[in-house]
Amino acid sequence: MLLIPCPWCGPRDEAEFGYGGQAHVAYPADPGALTDEEWARYLFFRDNPKGPFAERWHHAAGCRRWFTVTRDTVTHEIHPPAFAADGGSR
Amino acid sequence: MTTTTGRDRLWDSPEPEGSYDVVIVGGGGHGIATAYYLAKNHGITNVAVLEKGWLAGGNMARNTTIIRSNYLWDESAGIYEHALKLWEGLEDDLGYDVQFSQRGVLNLAHSLQDVREGVRRVNANRLNGVDAEWLDPGQVTEVCPIVDVRQDARHPVLGATYQPRAGIAKHDRVAWGYARAASAMGVHFIEHCEVTGIETSGGRVQAVQTTRGRIAAGRVAMSAAGHSSVVAGMAGLRLPVQSHPLQALVSELLEPVHPTVVMSNAVHVYVSQAHKGELVMGAGIDAYNSYRQRGAFHIIERQMAAVLELFPIFSRAHVLRTWGGVVDVTPDASPIVGLTPVGGLYVNCGWGTGGFKATPGVGWCYAHTIAGDAPHPLNAPFTLERFTTGALVDEHGAAAVAH
Repeated sequence: MLLIPCPWCGPRDEAEFGYGGQAHVAYPADPGALTDEEWARYLFFRDNPKGPFAERWHHAAGCRRWFTVTRDTVTHEIHPPAFAADGGSR
Repeated sequence: MTTTTGRDRLWDSPEPEGSYDVVIVGGGGHGIATAYYLAKNHGITNVAVLEKGWLAGGNMARNTTIIRSNYLWDESAGIYEHALKLWEGLEDDLGYDVQFSQRGVLNLAHSLQDVREGVRRVNANRLNGVDAEWLDPGQVTEVCPIVDVRQDARHPVLGATYQPRAGIAKHDRVAWGYARAASAMGVHFIEHCEVTGIETSGGRVQAVQTTRGRIAAGRVAMSAAGHSSVVAGMAGLRLPVQSHPLQALVSELLEPVHPTVVMSNAVHVYVSQAHKGELVMGAGIDAYNSYRQRGAFHIIERQMAAVLELFPIFSRAHVLRTWGGVVDVTPDASPIVGLTPVGGLYVNCGWGTGGFKATPGVGWCYAHTIAGDAPHPLNAPFTLERFTTGALVDEHGAAAVAH
């Protein structure tokens, strides 16, 4: 069970959160201009590192806001949210 | 059928040689079975299976041993039914008892949508030559008397799909039987040998670097399950998989009470009783990416809550042991088996939560792919390219949660 540091509510039980996967995946600026390969990369391919991973969490049973943390996928150690690191959406 | 008894070693443990025709990365069930069929079907015996830990100590030691082939789509039915047919002859083929038991599998329906999906799947299965029946609640009770089919239950059973030829096997013995037979044909199983790099030159694979030295290879076949992304990354390949913990548990040993396998996608649970007597239960994946072979307890707690609603008789049983494995999940819940953009490098990954049942079928088809440098017709649909072409094999209904 993870203890996840919500930047607004503080550390809370994992059961309160939804998982959003890899952080900083931007919607393509011009989707129509992408090749099939580029669209596939955007749609289906995500990083899957063994180690530090920047990921999104949603405090579904709390403040209901999204934020980004860096969590190690081996130790599960979580580094606190990097405020404004992804353009203001903490 | 003969069985091996006594203290003979089942496979040799040779020192790695400097080069092999084929190097298989990953000594799990799939890697071992692939080596066996390379030797048996294709006469390729200069093969090394490299395993970073001990043989069959990853997901092959952690799965819930369920075998079935009642998948929805033609592509899936093809490879899983091929696997099931191989299971049916495996003990004779290997000369080794793997405790294969065709006790059937029920997939319970708890809602009208479940019923529609289940009936559709039964019809699809029959069209593909897969044995399947639709059972009403009374018939469910005849197959498995301990399921609570009262209609005011928390998870009312409205019916179930039933595949009588499905069942379970003893996972360790499956790996041992394949390894024993492959070793006898000259395959090298090299344990405690972690691959740390893949050398390529001119767009073709040349060798692997390992913790036990460099090993040149004509062909390299990746079969690393939860660590597929890590291994493929060594060759500069990115795979559309995400690694997650998948948990399972057993009870203490009980008298035989559960005659079949019961699965319920809606409540994320699957239950059978092992030959030895323990109830074996699996959960859904933990939501987050992880390479740690453990998950969160609230997953187990929810799973147990559902199990006790479905099987009130289990209320006095105890959880003896829980554990987790790391599974690599694809966007369409179907595997990736085939060629890669690197010459002589092959990929078998993305089996997610259900690779055990496919072990003989994968071994057969992956060996064919490696030997002929072209996919077997049964794994041809499961390419890496399908994520670009859009020809996905969406098995979320039949595969995503329950195996």
